[in-house]
Amino acid sequence: MLAGLRGFRSRSGRVGLVIFLAVLVTALAAPVLAPHDPYKQAVARRLKPPAWMEGSLEGNPLGTDQLGRDNLSRLIYGARISLLVGAATVVLAGALGTVLGVAAGYYGGRVDYVVSTFINAAWSFPFILLALIIVAVLGAGLQNLILALVATSWASFARIARGEAMAVKNREYVAAAEALGQRTWRTLARHVLPNVASSLLVIASIEFGRAILRESFLSFLGLGVPPSIPSWGGMLSEARPYIFTMWWMVFMPGVLIFLTTLGVNLLGDGLRDAFDPRVRGS
Amino acid sequence: MTAYVVERLGQALLIAVIISLTTFLLIFVAKDPARALAPPDASAADIELLRRRLGLDRPLLVQYGIWAANAVRGDFGDSLYSRQPVERLLAPRIRASAELAGAALLITVVVGVPLGVAGALRRGGFVDLVASVVAVSGQAMPIFWFGLMLIVLFSVHLGWLPVSGRGRLEHIVLPAVTLGFSVLPLTMRLTRSAMLEVLPQDYVRTARAKGLGALRVVGKHAARNAARPVVLALGMQFGALLGGAVVTETVFAWPGIGELAVVAVSTADLPVVQAIVLFAAGVVILTNLVADVVVAVADPRIRY
Repeated sequence: MLAGLRGFRSRSGRVGLVIFLAVLVTALAAPVLAPHDPYKQAVARRLKPPAWMEGSLEGNPLGTDQLGRDNLSRLIYGARISLLVGAATVVLAGALGTVLGVAAGYYGGRVDYVVSTFINAAWSFPFILLALIIVAVLGAGLQNLILALVATSWASFARIARGEAMAVKNREYVAAAEALGQRTWRTLARHVLPNVASSLLVIASIEFGRAILRESFLSFLGLGVPPSIPSWGGMLSEARPYIFTMWWMVFMPGVLIFLTTLGVNLLGDGLRDAFDPRVRGS
Repeated sequence: MTAYVVERLGQALLIAVIISLTTFLLIFVAKDPARALAPPDASAADIELLRRRLGLDRPLLVQYGIWAANAVRGDFGDSLYSRQPVERLLAPRIRASAELAGAALLITVVVGVPLGVAGALRRGGFVDLVASVVAVSGQAMPIFWFGLMLIVLFSVHLGWLPVSGRGRLEHIVLPAVTLGFSVLPLTMRLTRSAMLEVLPQDYVRTARAKGLGALRVVGKHAARNAARPVVLALGMQFGALLGGAVVTETVFAWPGIGELAVVAVSTADLPVVQAIVLFAAGVVILTNLVADVVVAVADPRIRY
């Protein structure tokens, strides 16, 4: 894997890394970076435009929202939700999908049939309907949102893990490990997983970006993070009624969703180039 | 081959059962349809009466069995709200969604295919660069935000196009561009890679050697052979298009199944949700199956 990272030379991959790190630092250092408390309401200062427009307020460089909260501070804190949701989804869905996929690919037979049927079912279920139903049933909230995203995302990992495990299963070193009497889970952990890891890392970056986009849409529908917590999708949802008069309120959170997803996707492309020997150097 | 198709159909049926049963249980377990339907001041006895009248008091699996038996015969029940048969409720919605999806596909193909072809012909050139920037940014774009920005620009500032509505041509422009843009990156990438695979082939070189003009070489010999994988892959993307339709229809209040789905889920209108989920999943399963079979028939290397 380290050899793969050393080959991380593509320019777009590095751009992605820089964007991703910038968002990560913003999220971690939010209390230091944000000029105001993102929750503090001030009705007298509500709906003010950004600094370069007439009528702006000193101290609110990107204006204020309908409750007088500072837009810049809420945007900075919003990075936390996006990254948290993305990371939690990828870790949970990745773990679930990898275990199921490797089991299906390695054992084959009935295990494979059952798992594959569920993978295909998950792929046929339009993600947004599944997420809508889960969130509508369990109620809005961060945990349920992540659960819904995991339900729509695990199959991507399972599909790749299954294919890779099937390919590795018949290699000599796996057969040798088994012939030496190694326990199955040890074989899986030591010989199969490392071979699956690089493909899964690439899938993880794709799913990370998807999770951010889906979170923002569900929050936009009011089915995601509760509106009081600053999130980019939630800010978009709250800004929607002002689209005719104060377009910047809709514009700003969307740009950040876009940039963050772009960074993650470019990073993923860079990883794929670094890991795939066929593309390396081209 | 026949055995393979039968096996796949069997699996498709199993998937339909899994999906509909999941939807059924999810909605039932946490959202009591009788309570959701009753007026807020209804007494416990009233709710109980309503439950019995709608048949919602029977064991869940019995209810599911009745629903499934009727669904197989094409009867999806009545909406719990409007009391209309679900089929009658869905038909105009499906028409509206199909209209939107068709317009979106048209835009993607008209814009994406030429860009992909041009990119492949001049690899690394200006058009290729522009196309790859569009592709990369399109994949990272929140579709609903893109739609909102189109509204800001073309409806609010320029006043050229309406914010929402359906019926006249100008109504469909913004929603179709929004939905079309969501599948544009894929169309361009696929076209480009398919063309790159076809261009070095012998028959293209022969056509060139015959002295045919560049346009005829590309149009008649290369593009035709590159078209097959692109069409197939686009067919496979139907699920993504449906998901995008939910997003787009919500932003533009387009009266399609996506918009209906959001409403039906939030009101626990079980028969409507069931029908939409099954319809969407059915379309995806069928297009995937058809794509697989077509590939298997067309490619002599694949035999089942």
